Amino acid sequence: MNIETQDFYTQAILSMSALVGLMSFLMLGQGRLPRLIFVFAMQGMLLTLTAILAANELHSPHLYISAFLTFTLKVVFIPSMLQKQVFAMNIHRDVEALKNNTTVMLSGASLMIFSYYVLQPIIHTSSMIMLNALVVSLSVVLLGLLLMISHRQAVAHVVGFMSIENGLFFAAMVATDGMPMVVELGVAFDVLVAAVLFGIFFFHIRTSIDSLDVDMMNKLHEVER
Amino acid sequence: MNWAIAILQTVLFVALAPLLAGFLKFCKCRLQNRRAPSFLQPYRDLLKLTRKQPVISEDASWLFCVAPYIIFTMMVLAATVIPLIAVDMPTSESADVIVLVGFFAFARFFLALAGLDIGTAFGGMGSSREMTISSLAEPAMLIAVFTITMTASNTDLSGAILHILHSGSTLHPSFVFALFALILVAVAETGRIPVDNPTTHLELTMIHEAMILEYSGRHLALIEWASQLKLMLYGVLIANLFFPWGIAQSFSFGALSFALVVLVLKLVVLSIFLALAETAVAKMRLFRVQEYLGFAYLLGLLGMLSHIILESTR
Repeated sequence: MNIETQDFYTQAILSMSALVGLMSFLMLGQGRLPRLIFVFAMQGMLLTLTAILAANELHSPHLYISAFLTFTLKVVFIPSMLQKQVFAMNIHRDVEALKNNTTVMLSGASLMIFSYYVLQPIIHTSSMIMLNALVVSLSVVLLGLLLMISHRQAVAHVVGFMSIENGLFFAAMVATDGMPMVVELGVAFDVLVAAVLFGIFFFHIRTSIDSLDVDMMNKLHEVER
Repeated sequence: MNWAIAILQTVLFVALAPLLAGFLKFCKCRLQNRRAPSFLQPYRDLLKLTRKQPVISEDASWLFCVAPYIIFTMMVLAATVIPLIAVDMPTSESADVIVLVGFFAFARFFLALAGLDIGTAFGGMGSSREMTISSLAEPAMLIAVFTITMTASNTDLSGAILHILHSGSTLHPSFVFALFALILVAVAETGRIPVDNPTTHLELTMIHEAMILEYSGRHLALIEWASQLKLMLYGVLIANLFFPWGIAQSFSFGALSFALVVLVLKLVVLSIFLALAETAVAKMRLFRVQEYLGFAYLLGLLGMLSHIILESTR
């Protein structure tokens, strides 16, 4: 597959997938929470654009609905909710000192290569564009996991979790012409509920250990020492 | 004819470099609500410095006096490699992008030696910092440029630019990464704000200025001119490699003058962006520079990866 011989739709989808991957890397290296949430919203915006592109090209109008859902949930609602909580808990000025930032970044790059290696066998049964888009979405999922491991703030964990869902959504949209509407609505509702639940959890964590830094949870013991 | 155009292009490069620095200063001044000096101020400064007698420390060796000439020559040679207004130059065919990086490294080597030669504390400190930064920036730059040259399967810059021109409006995902990586590297290498502040002489933060602290007179003029040339080299490299539209492919007068106008426009846009970034971003701590350049390297690597994963023929 040579990119110059592909049609515009394929090129656009591939560029979108590269940008979605870039956003995951930007999130990985981000120590400030408001900026992290902003980059997450940008990733949601890219997903919306991809959904609109796919809906236009594949003539499947239900993708417009999922584009609308993505926009309202992942670009507007969840980021603004997280942002509000970050400001309410007065941690928006905290800069998290990321340990071994360069190592985390490079392991992110190797995760991308790994996901490519894992998905290589698919090449026999599917088109190239599907393989490439699947590689990027699998690496977005893995990078989301890495984000949850490497950051210590609970808010960053939530963003990592949501970006895992972004990766799955991207794969579903590009590779299989969108999930059935019922599934999509269900997932969107789940994400919404998850976001609300996380908000409640933040306050619980905060009241029990007086911080959102999950490393502080090591202080909790069953038995008083 | 080709050689005449190539020489003209290099002369244009050398002559326009102070103007670009002047325009950049103008943009920054306007953004910071200050009155700007004239665009021609860098020329006047250079002229003033060449008229002055250089003062050379008695501890300086011959290296100290030779270094400015070597650095300036290297920058002029680098200017011959990068296509400014036209492609298919005989000079850019004889040297490719690896040679270009080599020219930069050569100049930097002598600048660092000159900083060490005089034996002051600042010179040594500046040299050590410069070498630290460049050892991280160089691989990032190479890998970013390799992304382009791999797409064109040609390490020659004019060849790469021609390839991009001929492939039309193809969207290359990898170019986005390479562009960002190259911008980050260019900012670090030319000593602009998040890495080094070109306007300050504060002991703790200066890098480039620390090395050239002992220079005066025509030596200082040559070094200043060389660093203005370096800024222009990176600007033109970014502008012409990623946005090559408008560059002359034939040597007719009309095509060349149109290319010059387009190039000036591109550089104006680029310097406005640079001035905006320099006004909005604070200078970072020296020890965070490795994170910054690590990120640039990662972007270059991602560009290379997405070229292989998303674009290449298998």
